[in-house]
Amino acid sequence: MPSNKSVSDAPIVQFTNCRILRDHQLQREDLWVREGKILNPEKLFFDEKGSADVQLDCKDSIIAPGFIDVQINGGFGVDFSLATDDFKSGIDLVSQKILSHGVTSFCPTLVTSPPSVYHQVLPQISVRNGGAHGAGILGAHLEGPFISKEKKGAHPEHCLRTFEAGAFQDLLATYGSLDCVQIVTLAPEMSRSSEVIQELTKRGICVSLGHSVANLSQAEEAVQHGATFITHLFNAMLPFHHRDPGIVGLLTSDKIPAGRRVFYGMISDGIHTNPAALRIAHRAHPKGLVLVTDAIAGMGLAPGRHTLGQQVVEIDGLNTYIAGTKTLSGSVATMDTCVRHFQEATGCSVETALEAASLHPAQLLGIEHKKGTLNYDSDADFLMLNDSLYVQATYIAGKEVWRQDGLGM
Amino acid sequence: MRLVILEDYEQASEWAAKYICNRIIQFKPSQGRYFTLGLPTGNTPLGCYKKLIEYHKNGDLSFKYVKTFNMDEYVGLPRNHPESYHSYMWNNFFKHIDIDPNNAHILDGNAPDLQAECDAFEKKIEEAGGIDLFVGGIGPDGHIAFNEPGSSLSSRTRLKTLAMDTILANAKYFDGDLSKVPTMALTVGVGTVMDAREVMILITGAHKAFALYKAIEEGVNHMWTVSAFQQHPRTIFVCDEDATLELRVKTVKYFKG
Repeated sequence: MPSNKSVSDAPIVQFTNCRILRDHQLQREDLWVREGKILNPEKLFFDEKGSADVQLDCKDSIIAPGFIDVQINGGFGVDFSLATDDFKSGIDLVSQKILSHGVTSFCPTLVTSPPSVYHQVLPQISVRNGGAHGAGILGAHLEGPFISKEKKGAHPEHCLRTFEAGAFQDLLATYGSLDCVQIVTLAPEMSRSSEVIQELTKRGICVSLGHSVANLSQAEEAVQHGATFITHLFNAMLPFHHRDPGIVGLLTSDKIPAGRRVFYGMISDGIHTNPAALRIAHRAHPKGLVLVTDAIAGMGLAPGRHTLGQQVVEIDGLNTYIAGTKTLSGSVATMDTCVRHFQEATGCSVETALEAASLHPAQLLGIEHKKGTLNYDSDADFLMLNDSLYVQATYIAGKEVWRQDGLGM
Repeated sequence: MRLVILEDYEQASEWAAKYICNRIIQFKPSQGRYFTLGLPTGNTPLGCYKKLIEYHKNGDLSFKYVKTFNMDEYVGLPRNHPESYHSYMWNNFFKHIDIDPNNAHILDGNAPDLQAECDAFEKKIEEAGGIDLFVGGIGPDGHIAFNEPGSSLSSRTRLKTLAMDTILANAKYFDGDLSKVPTMALTVGVGTVMDAREVMILITGAHKAFALYKAIEEGVNHMWTVSAFQQHPRTIFVCDEDATLELRVKTVKYFKG
């Protein structure tokens, strides 16, 4: 294409010599970007008589939509459940560092904490676009405190709460504000949960089931009232039983309302879930699988002791436990490691692995019209990866925000 | 006329592409002096387009100073429909080369005034200095572009109703649903193509053999509109062996010799 001045002021960039993930397949097509969005080049050619201003050779890379992490508790020494003075700079640091893992949007996650923490921290989290400064923030994920004592996992027991007295009002009082909240994880067997789920859903907040001893009927009822997600499937819930599959049974339940899909988070770090279990879940309900890291403050740091909200955790290799116990508490996996491990463990296609970290979380949050795909008019948040799914470069709104050292283009 | 017979589809496509490529290069197009090319759609020219793209990607051929005029487009089909000729040209040709979008002309089958659109197209060809080389195909019923049997051999760019044969042949591109196939199209006329300085017709496959026979061994006849090119000073028919199956051995031997 002649690189003459195109018809609009915004420069048009054409990424060539690449394979892009579109319509669930890797296709040999060029990717066109203008004004931070994916551009339709055919429309540009015929309607505007326009052409590219800049052509970039991607050296046969794979181009995929940027990863979206809907469960990340911190990293690089930063803990989102700690109300520190420099909380804002902490979240900025994490959002900047995770660009190298291919994450272009995320939901900072708070584990069960006392109300004072929510009241101090939540006002400091704002929904914002990503850029050179870091990945975009879609809103907070509040995991707890309305969860089951029996399945608290690494969450501190003294902070657990119920909402049997005032239902939604109790929840609101605990959190203080729901302005920038995107997801709430709760245990649906708790009394008055249906009302709470309905209220949250009405406000556009995604309700997730987790840290719970609910049976399948309770879980199905929660879905009927609006719940759409399962927090880290298999972990912190009753194990699958053939006469009561529990929450796990939602993957193949026939009581999901028409037109709705239940999504489920999987931490595929090789530790939280046995590969065989990962495969069972994936094969039972492939379109619902959402890769999450559940990363904690110690992610990205040397092994040793770190905090996770009110708890102290110990990191040893990829394993993270409540100090002195064998209770798993989050992970130190990065999103790109999870994608690679998921692909290896299930033997699925590259396209499937990539969509589990991009398209599916976008669909979960109802934002797939602008995130999670490379469709025309979507936000131009994308990654260049090599065939082994290592991230080589990260782009947000069409601009390069991270590049692997030693790569020229 | 010249009849160039190649062994198979690939070789015919390559011969045609090389011919077009050489014509453009010999012409030495430049700013203000464009090479004008008439272009077809359909299955037959796909191999030729692939080869032209290859020559472009090798750095041997640029379309920077080439103007193109497509033969036809369906009426009433949205421009971005996967079966529109705009989509065909974008996916099979334009997106792979360096042509200036302002120089790629295709009739607009959704124009508010279809005849005005056709007249404007004729004018654009005239303003471009006429067509240097018009590349076309042949339908099984001997039509060129959408000049169906019975079209005037002096016709110009206009609206045409498609013959039932054509609609049936096209159904496979519309999920086999006849109701989805367009019934009308805008097309350059036989006269429009005859005005080109040079014409190259691509004909491959046994199913086109009878049409080729009618086009070159029988008389000029509006029922087989490609036959009009018997009266054009510079026409080449490029075909594969299969397309010659209905010709007389004498004809084939003459042109092969």
